[in-house]
Order: sequence, then structure tokens, then C-alpha cells
Amino acid sequence: MRLDCPICGSRDRREFYYQGDAVMLARPAVDAGADAWDRYLHLRDNPAGQTRDLWHHEAGCGAWLVVTRDTVTHAVSAVELASDVKGAMA
Amino acid sequence: MRFSGLRVLREGLTGNKGWAPHWRDAEPKAEYDAIIIGGGGHGLSTAYYLAKEHGLTNIAVLEKGYLGGGNVGRNTTIVRANYFLQGNSEFYSHSLKLWEGLEEDLNYNVMHSQRGLINLFHSDGQRDAFARRGNSMINQGDDAVLLDREGVRKYLPYLDFDNVRFPIYGGLLHPRGGTARHDAVAWGYARGASDRGVDLIQQCEVTGIDIENGQVRGVQTTRGAIRAKKVGIVVAGRSGQVAAMAGMRLPIESHVLQAFVTEGLKPCIDHVVSFGMGHFYISQSDKGGLVFGGDLDFYASYASRGNLPMAEHVMEAGMTLMPMIGKAKVLRSWGGIMDMTPDGSPIIDQTDTKGLFIDCGWCYGGFKAVPGSGFSFAHLMATGNHHAPAAKFRLDRFRTGVGLMDEEGTGSQHNLH
Repeated sequence: MRLDCPICGSRDRREFYYQGDAVMLARPAVDAGADAWDRYLHLRDNPAGQTRDLWHHEAGCGAWLVVTRDTVTHAVSAVELASDVKGAMA
Repeated sequence: MRFSGLRVLREGLTGNKGWAPHWRDAEPKAEYDAIIIGGGGHGLSTAYYLAKEHGLTNIAVLEKGYLGGGNVGRNTTIVRANYFLQGNSEFYSHSLKLWEGLEEDLNYNVMHSQRGLINLFHSDGQRDAFARRGNSMINQGDDAVLLDREGVRKYLPYLDFDNVRFPIYGGLLHPRGGTARHDAVAWGYARGASDRGVDLIQQCEVTGIDIENGQVRGVQTTRGAIRAKKVGIVVAGRSGQVAAMAGMRLPIESHVLQAFVTEGLKPCIDHVVSFGMGHFYISQSDKGGLVFGGDLDFYASYASRGNLPMAEHVMEAGMTLMPMIGKAKVLRSWGGIMDMTPDGSPIIDQTDTKGLFIDCGWCYGGFKAVPGSGFSFAHLMATGNHHAPAAKFRLDRFRTGVGLMDEEGTGSQHNLH
């Protein structure tokens, strides 16, 4: 598997660290309560199909990326900078 | 039909014409007392113990493919009870005891071979950790022997003891650990359940779960609606999709785990050897193939096939540990879908829907748990009470943070196990 880093271009999977579902971009407030933290930390849609997850270009530019890919075929359809995605969310 | 040495002899002399199918391929009825979704190892053992221990025989196992066609048919077959934490320790101890009586209980040869499992260590700190684990195993009533370097050499003379990065300091021997014939376990439970009246229904995919006023009423399937007041979900890597039919999200992310097998060789590896520092473990099957594997590919996947980086890593770790296997040819590799929980421990619990139960989150260690998981899940489904050895496998531990069982001590987070 290769990921197309917006900064570095197409790179081998070995250069990236997988963090998990992109739900991690929306951190709840400290006092949001157990349910909100459970949803953030543990509960997952876990789709068989298209998913969005966070990867860190650890051995490259160091950027955090939001990768849209298919969990059944491993086809990657989009790679965005997490900072851009967070900016759009704000 | 009972199996015996005499029967094998008689069939051998009469052309093997007397063997009958091991289980009935049943048609779905309109209603059952209980339905098990998933005809893998855990689902079949649940059905078996529901019938045997609790007298519940008007039940069905629904399988979308064929019986035993998932992870129970594609794993590295290791059976052990070497857990450290309370909650895990008593459960796997119970499961191993069930394994030890399984062949007699099922009248089926599951080829359970207690050949001994050796976990290697490579530093003083690791030795201390394994000594502590061994003591915990002994306190649980299981067996553990701390071996020094020469002790390991006696059992495993072929290892590279003086590897520069991972010199072998010793190992923790678990003599009752070993392997079993994975398919036979599924077949044995299927036969035992079917003989007691359980309907095993293949090619029957559940497409919906019917719930009214917070009580489960049955399921929708590709072979029509089936009513039941109790439904158990036992679908491993597919837990997320089936739970979603009941409006649930689970603390589970599905990952792929690879394993490999070589051509058949003369007997050379007599034990199960685990090289934790290299994420590598190996045993030799009765057919002679070296069966080995490593860690997850480490990203969410339903692809049932692995990626090259982990395959390379596993081969490198194998060569680091035992260079003698370098000329063995790998015949095939495969990837299974693992239902990974954040703390690496499983879930056997009721859900918020009355009558709906779930057994999942076995991560990459579900095979050895097949008897214990079925026994405890059947107990829960039949009585409504948690079975003592599995009482800590609660679904709500993630929400509350109470009772998390992080056996590896890496943190309760999805990408760390």
C-alpha cells in the first residue's frame, strides 16, 4: 500500500504510522462526560467499505493526514492534510 | 455415530462405506428459543454448551458462509493459558481445562497436542516480568517453568542464542500449552450440537435484527425471517456490521492478521516457540508444515489478505531467531479479520436490548478461547447471569474505565494492540 502525501508525494506504507479513525480529530471538552469520551476513545463505526482514518507521516514530513480509503479493497481515494480538515471543521 | 478405534478398523476393512455426515444441514424453522449468529468456533461451541449444559435444544446457528469457514479455519492453532491479569487468567485457565477433556466430551479427535509453549526473553528486565507472569500462572493453578539459557537450549538447540540484538537469556515454559487441529474443533462442536437437536443453517446471512420495545424478537435473513426471544451475536471480525443492525456501535476496530505456512518438512520444531520481541511465533503442524505468524498489519481492514511490510517483518524475525528455517519454502499466507478491542481483551455480555447478547473482541487470540467462550456465553444466554470465569469481560468497562484489562500494558487505545 502506498499513500499520496500532499507534501511528499507517493510514499510507501512503511513511512506512515496509523492512528485510527478520524473521529479522533473532534476531541470532546474535558467535562463532556463519559459517553462523549467513550464515543471518542472507543466506539467505532468500523465500516467494511469507505473509511476515514488518521495517519502520521512519521518517516517523512511529519504531517498528520486524513486518509479516505476502502477497508475491503485497500484503495485510497483521498489524502488530505489533517490541519486543512480541522480548519474546515472549525 | 460414535467414533472408536474399533469402528475405524471395521470401516477400513469394509471400504469406508459406513460413515455418515457429521451433522444435519438444517432448513430454518419459523421460530427458535434462541439464535446464534455466526457458525464459527465460538458460535458452534456456544450452541453445543447451550444444548449440553442447559438443555436448550430448540436453537439455531445461522452462518452466512459455511461452518467453520472464518477464523477458526485459518489460524495458527495455539492453545495456552499463560495470562497474567485477573479476569483473563481464570478465563483461559477454565478454557484450557475444557480443552483437556474436549476429545472425550465430543467423541472427536481434535488432535489437541500439549507439546509445550516457550516464551523467550532477552534481558534481565524481561526475565523478571516472565518470572512474575509464571508465578501468576501457578497461582491460577496452571503450570509454568522459568528456564535459563541452558534450559532453553535443551529444548530448542536450533535457536541463534548469541544474536547481537536479541541474545537469548531464557524462556518461560508452559508445559500444558500446545496446539490443536483447528478445523476439527469446529467440526466436533458442530457434530455435538447437531446430535443434540441444534439446527445448523448455512448460507443464511442475517440482514436485520428485529427489536420491539427494547426486546429482541428475531432476525431477518437471506432465507426469511426467524423469530427468537434470545439472540447471540458471535461474528468476530464482522461484529461491527451485525451490531449496527441493532443500532449499536462497539468498541471494536477490525484489523488484518497474517499467518504463513511452509511446505511439509521432517519433524524439527517440537514446541510452540514465541519470540515476543520480534513479534514472531512458530510451531510445526502434524503434516510437517511450519506454521508461523507475527503482528497485525496495524490498520483497519476487511481485506482478508495482508500487506508486504508485515510479511517481510515476520520472515526477518524468523530468520533472526532460527536461521535454520531459511531454506523452507513458504507455501501460502493468509489474512484473518480480527475484532480488536482497545484494551486487547474480549467481551461476553448482554446488550442494552433485552434478549440480545454479544460475544466478541477476541482480537488475535480467539482460537484457544473457543471452548471457554462458548461455555461462558451459553451460561450467560441461558441463565442471564455472568459465568464466573468470564465475569470481567464487560462491555461497559470502556465507558466507565473500570475493569479494563490491558494484558500487554501498552494502553487502552485502538491502535496499540
